[in-house]
Amino acid sequence: MPRLQYGSASYDLLSGESVLDALLRQGVDLSYSCRKGSCLTCMLRCAKGHIPPQAQDGLRDSLRAQGYFLPCLASPEGDIDLLSGEDADLFGRARLVEIERLAPAIVRIRLEAATPLYYHPGQFINLRRGDGLMRSYSLASVPRREDHLEIHVKRLKGGAMSTWLNDEARVGDAIDIQGANGSGFYLPGHPDRPILLIGNGSGLAPLYGIARDALGDGHRGEIRLYHGSRTADGLYLRDELRALAVSHENFFYTPCVSGPEPNPGDRTGRADTAAFDDLPQLSGWRVFLCGSPPMVHAAKRTAYLAGAKLADIHADAFELRELRKTPRA
Amino acid sequence: MSETLYQRLGGEAAVNAAVDIFYRKVLADRQIRDFFDDVDMDAQRAKQKSFLTMVFGGPKTYTGKDMREAHKKLVANGLNESHFNAVAGHLQATLDELKVPKALSAEVMAIAASTHDDVLNR
Ligand code: HEM
Repeated sequence: MPRLQYGSASYDLLSGESVLDALLRQGVDLSYSCRKGSCLTCMLRCAKGHIPPQAQDGLRDSLRAQGYFLPCLASPEGDIDLLSGEDADLFGRARLVEIERLAPAIVRIRLEAATPLYYHPGQFINLRRGDGLMRSYSLASVPRREDHLEIHVKRLKGGAMSTWLNDEARVGDAIDIQGANGSGFYLPGHPDRPILLIGNGSGLAPLYGIARDALGDGHRGEIRLYHGSRTADGLYLRDELRALAVSHENFFYTPCVSGPEPNPGDRTGRADTAAFDDLPQLSGWRVFLCGSPPMVHAAKRTAYLAGAKLADIHADAFELRELRKTPRA
Repeated sequence: MSETLYQRLGGEAAVNAAVDIFYRKVLADRQIRDFFDDVDMDAQRAKQKSFLTMVFGGPKTYTGKDMREAHKKLVANGLNESHFNAVAGHLQATLDELKVPKALSAEVMAIAASTHDDVLNR
């Protein structure tokens, strides 16, 4: 049975078990979230031993070279000596420079990174508060237009980070950021390909970034954004999106309200339902989905059945994240 | 040297052409789609590819025991004859859609049929 050396202790690894599962099973207190290689929250370093290559897929070369890997994807056959990540490799310092309420339960946070972050709108960063609490948020800002990083944070019941950012955090507060991560962003080079963006709640954030990135890049194909909310007051950035639709004839914005009392002009029903009613045929489309896990999962299947390729469907379901419940002591 | 069935069908390119057609049919079929409705669609699609590679007579070989193991949980969850027939039907329809000659598609269907007892853990 392979052994894992971590800190001053040694742990066993069952056949087929991931390094993350093995450490958690044996009571090690680690940060983790998606457990499938997307969020990078659980990243560790390997000091000695062989890491299966797929556990380093998608990591930056510099991190790979230093032995970083994703323990949730690694089931090594032999012994491994582990180091926890070096903070300086992973996290940069940032400061909250603006907090603006966009909807009753959603704030826009603008962050200033101490060293500029290279990113594409639609990618995500991990935020870490001073006490170790960590969460992922998608980037709505467009680097060539905006100096600061922009995220949208929805207050979740019992959500420690989201409640703090909505109600308690102040301009000037410091926070650590890691990133940018993820492959769901606009790729130039196919300016005529149509793009479908479907989001609910604060899942609008990456879509808002991707749409503006594509338009700024001179994208000519149609870009259709469907934003859904249960209540009309949850449809934030309405005016900005309407203005964008007025100034770009290939950009279409459809606000959707699934509960009672939509605003005049809103579609009734869910955003994904409205989108697929309008667009029954999606071969050749790139599709970006972000928001609640049930919507994202159902929409991914529907988009695929409508003809989009799986590789062209980008799906983020961040609210799924079961992060550690308590901050690190 | 006679070519294998897999080579005559067109090898991996043929599997790649078939996998999306087949997976879409399966996911659109209410009778069986719950078996395949994994949150991780990419992983599911990879498994459909293994399925097609196998029935196309491809290089990846499975034993009867592998087939029993792969479907054991599904049988416990109610996988039966009618589901097997539905999958076989979608496979045939996929081959027809790709205009695979009848003689070749008959060989594919024969491989699929030969797994019947193992898949259903009989
Ligand atoms: C027609 C004969 C069949 C053959 C030759 C076959 C073949 C296979 C193979 C080779 C795999 C393993 C893929 C891998 O893990 O690499 C597999 C898995 C699977 N098969 Fe089949 N299959 C058959 C029928 C069916 C039927 C009738 C159903 C359900 C309606 C089904 C549902 C599944 C599912 C859900 C998996 C994935 C199980 C998992 O997630 O581990 N199969 N099959």
